[in-house]
Amino acid sequence: MSAEAAIVGALLVPLGGMVLIALTGWRPNVREGVTLVTSLVTFLLVASIFPSVAAGARPEVALFEMLPGLALAFRVEPLGMAFAGIASFLWIITSIYSIGYMRGHHEENQTRFYAFFAMAIFSAIGVAFSANMLTLFAFYEVLSVCTYPLVTHQGTDEAKRAGRIYLGILIGTSIAFQLLAIGWTYIVAGTLDFQDGGILAGKAEGPLVGVLLALYVFGIGKAALMPFHRWLPAAMVAPTPVSALLHAVAVVKAGVFSVVKVIVYIFGYDYLAQQMSGGWLVYVAGFTIIAASIIALRQDNLKLRLAYSTISQLSYVVIAAAILAPMSVMGAALHIVAHAFGKITLFFAAGAILVASHKTQVSQLDGIGRRMPWTMAAFAIGSLSMIGLPPTVGFISKWYILQGAVQAHQMVAVAVIVVSTLLNAGYFLPIVYSAFFRPEKALAGAAQHHIKVDHGEAPFTSVFALTATAAATVALFLFPDAPLSLARLLVGG
Amino acid sequence: MISSNLPALQIVIPLLSAPICVILRDRRIVWAFAQLITLFAFGCAVALTVQVLQTGPISYEIGNWQAPWGIEYRIDLLNAFMLIIVSAIGAITMPYARVSVAKEIPQERIYLFYTMYLLSMTGLLGIAITGDAFNLFVFLEISALSSYVLISLGEDRRALTAAYRYLVMGTLGATFYIIGVGLMYMMTGTLNMADLVGRLPGVAHTTTILAALAFITCGVSLKLALFPLHLWLPNAYAFAPSVVTVFLAATATKVSVYVLLRVFFTIFGGVDLFIDSHLADILMALALVGMFTMSAVAIYQKNLKRMLAFSSVAQIGYMVLGISFVSVLGLTGTIIHLFNHALMKGALFMALGCIVFRTGSVDIKDMAGMGRRMPVTMAAFVVAGLSMIGVPLTVGFVSKWYLVLAALEQDAWWIALLVLLSSLLAVVYIWRVIEVAYFRPVPEGAPPIKEAPLSMLLPMWLLTGGAVFFGVHSTLTVDIARAAATFLLGDRQ
Repeated sequence: MSAEAAIVGALLVPLGGMVLIALTGWRPNVREGVTLVTSLVTFLLVASIFPSVAAGARPEVALFEMLPGLALAFRVEPLGMAFAGIASFLWIITSIYSIGYMRGHHEENQTRFYAFFAMAIFSAIGVAFSANMLTLFAFYEVLSVCTYPLVTHQGTDEAKRAGRIYLGILIGTSIAFQLLAIGWTYIVAGTLDFQDGGILAGKAEGPLVGVLLALYVFGIGKAALMPFHRWLPAAMVAPTPVSALLHAVAVVKAGVFSVVKVIVYIFGYDYLAQQMSGGWLVYVAGFTIIAASIIALRQDNLKLRLAYSTISQLSYVVIAAAILAPMSVMGAALHIVAHAFGKITLFFAAGAILVASHKTQVSQLDGIGRRMPWTMAAFAIGSLSMIGLPPTVGFISKWYILQGAVQAHQMVAVAVIVVSTLLNAGYFLPIVYSAFFRPEKALAGAAQHHIKVDHGEAPFTSVFALTATAAATVALFLFPDAPLSLARLLVGG
Repeated sequence: MISSNLPALQIVIPLLSAPICVILRDRRIVWAFAQLITLFAFGCAVALTVQVLQTGPISYEIGNWQAPWGIEYRIDLLNAFMLIIVSAIGAITMPYARVSVAKEIPQERIYLFYTMYLLSMTGLLGIAITGDAFNLFVFLEISALSSYVLISLGEDRRALTAAYRYLVMGTLGATFYIIGVGLMYMMTGTLNMADLVGRLPGVAHTTTILAALAFITCGVSLKLALFPLHLWLPNAYAFAPSVVTVFLAATATKVSVYVLLRVFFTIFGGVDLFIDSHLADILMALALVGMFTMSAVAIYQKNLKRMLAFSSVAQIGYMVLGISFVSVLGLTGTIIHLFNHALMKGALFMALGCIVFRTGSVDIKDMAGMGRRMPVTMAAFVVAGLSMIGVPLTVGFVSKWYLVLAALEQDAWWIALLVLLSSLLAVVYIWRVIEVAYFRPVPEGAPPIKEAPLSMLLPMWLLTGGAVFFGVHSTLTVDIARAAATFLLGDRQ
């Protein structure tokens, strides 16, 4: 199959899967079968594009003109390849995990859940493969809208409030800032195509470049740069598979992916470095990294702590791109992959704990490692990757970011990364420690929160999924060739 | 023979059909007859448009009386597009009307509805087609008088006061218009638009002509409900029968916007009075204020038809804003929005009509659980609502894109930002409904209701589908709008 056909296929299959899921909703086993097959086929289609991209080709497909001169078009370059690859691969594992989680947790409206999930993956792949900023924006918005029913899945007042914050910030920033930036770019540059070296070189000068950059990075609310980060903790009200795949991988990575894409292909990082008006971004991202880590330290709710950790880790990608050195841009691309595997493991573990014991708070986890050894071992590996220690893939990406920062003499960035590493250790290691080494304690009010005292591991599918992602976190440390080769291609090396 | 007389048939056939409805009486026969006539009008409009696209503007002399003494029908791309909008909405609304009207209007008055409907459509088509300033007034009155009757057919007794108010304001508007036309006639001795174009430059410096422009602008602004002359509109739309609201909201104000375009850029096309008199600036200010205040007012409406009515006034602000740029991009935005807004507002009002048909209420509190009770209808509401917000891949985005580009082209980035910010208010008033419909449970003891009948759902989804189709693939409509805008501006670009 040609790479072009595979691009269209990778978009149509999840969309078709969504329809099939909706149609087979009355037979849960068939429905879950459809989800699994769809995710598998989607991944295989995405993977089939990899060899040609790795060989330096840029397969492209233009569907039709959305606006005169602006086509809805797709073009697979290394960064998009990496993003689509992890999103579709982790969708398979998340689907396996979801089956155990959703049934074990007796969730309602599961058909709606799986259908919109498929649509979210469809939009994420659309974002990944976009050939121009308008196509990217279109899929970005579809992603915001179709994840709304997932965030508000519980249908409670709390979910409704969270949904308001979620949609308010994501739609608000994208329409008010991002769309303005896109229109402005189009007026100035006459095109919105992603091109190597950017499209603004020589067209926009001085302060305008800084303004456009600000409109883009704050307009891409999914990157959760402070002060537009509050939607992410709010979204934690969703079922855990949503938090795991969408709010650790697909949605948030679509955000930082877009930021990197804009910096590399709209501005061109060389041009941005020349213009000297993008330096502030390092400080904003640095502030977000530190501030979010400090907030994470103080969260007792496990999912909230993970959410703030995500905000902090997302800004690693932004700061890496903002350093504007080839080495750090590679680090940005690698960190998109690295964080995905580590964080999804952590969320899977949090969900497994919830299903098995109904525990949600960090302070309740004393001694849980003995009841759920697989889960907590995976959690430990995920934590190491967040901190950036070997033998996990988090080490590799952090290494590249640091090297890039040193090369570019960005001492602020270096300091931020060092301090945040300590903070990461500060909010992850105690959880691992108390889970394995503290004795279990009786919890006050356990009964009224339906906390189970005597429990084992979560359903098999959930444990399988989190073990798989934890193993992948280590495997990518040992065999980082695929992401590394894509990252090198991204900076033209 | 027929093809050369199409311009006359476009008007004469529906005009003569109206009294025939009175003779036919039986509601089923009248409906079938009216459906046939509206389809004929649509076919006629399409044929005329094809003719214009092939051979350029058509001039037709009524009764072979030569212009400028006789009445000339003059069809260029702009009014051909208007003919299509009006007749398409007219024809699509008819199948919807059959059951809706039978429910909302007393049996013995149903034939009157169809009579007035055809008359109203005739008037609107006539305004669009004529090339004579006085003849335009005649059609303005035909459409206005019949719509007063249509509105007063509403079930609620407040429909009568709403219609009366519209009558007073509408008559004022028409009178202002005819005063303006009289003043121009006094100075130039002609009523033919093409003739006026040539003669106005000689007298353009006079106060009389300035007064004429002022009177016409005020008069037409009353008809199109430009803020702050919109006071008649909310109640008229809220209390009219559902079908009437659909038809008027999708066509009547659009045709008035067309009149503004015609007056400013054709009749006054040879002189710069529109700009020199700062009329463009005044309109821009009113449009901007209207966009914000009316959207904000819409948020607080309990009656959803009233809410959409205020939203319509805000949307008229977008159209007038496009005019005030006096550029090809701005006018393209206005003209494309005439079409796009007709699609999405028509669909939204049809959705409310379906709900009225089953529950008899459009109060927000009665929307609780509507997402479950009438899923097909609410799905259309959501999609059309997203278009209203301007989410990409819908028509609303296309309109907004051109307005933003038009503002940025003139370096007015703050206007672009205001356009985008005001569309965020649409998020609030649309999402308010979605939250109630999908998150509140169906009230206890509410009688079970069925989905609306297919004859209502199909037209609604036809418009909704159009809102998506022309959003994904806007080349066709944008090309027409751009060509019309270029033609209107002539050598002024």
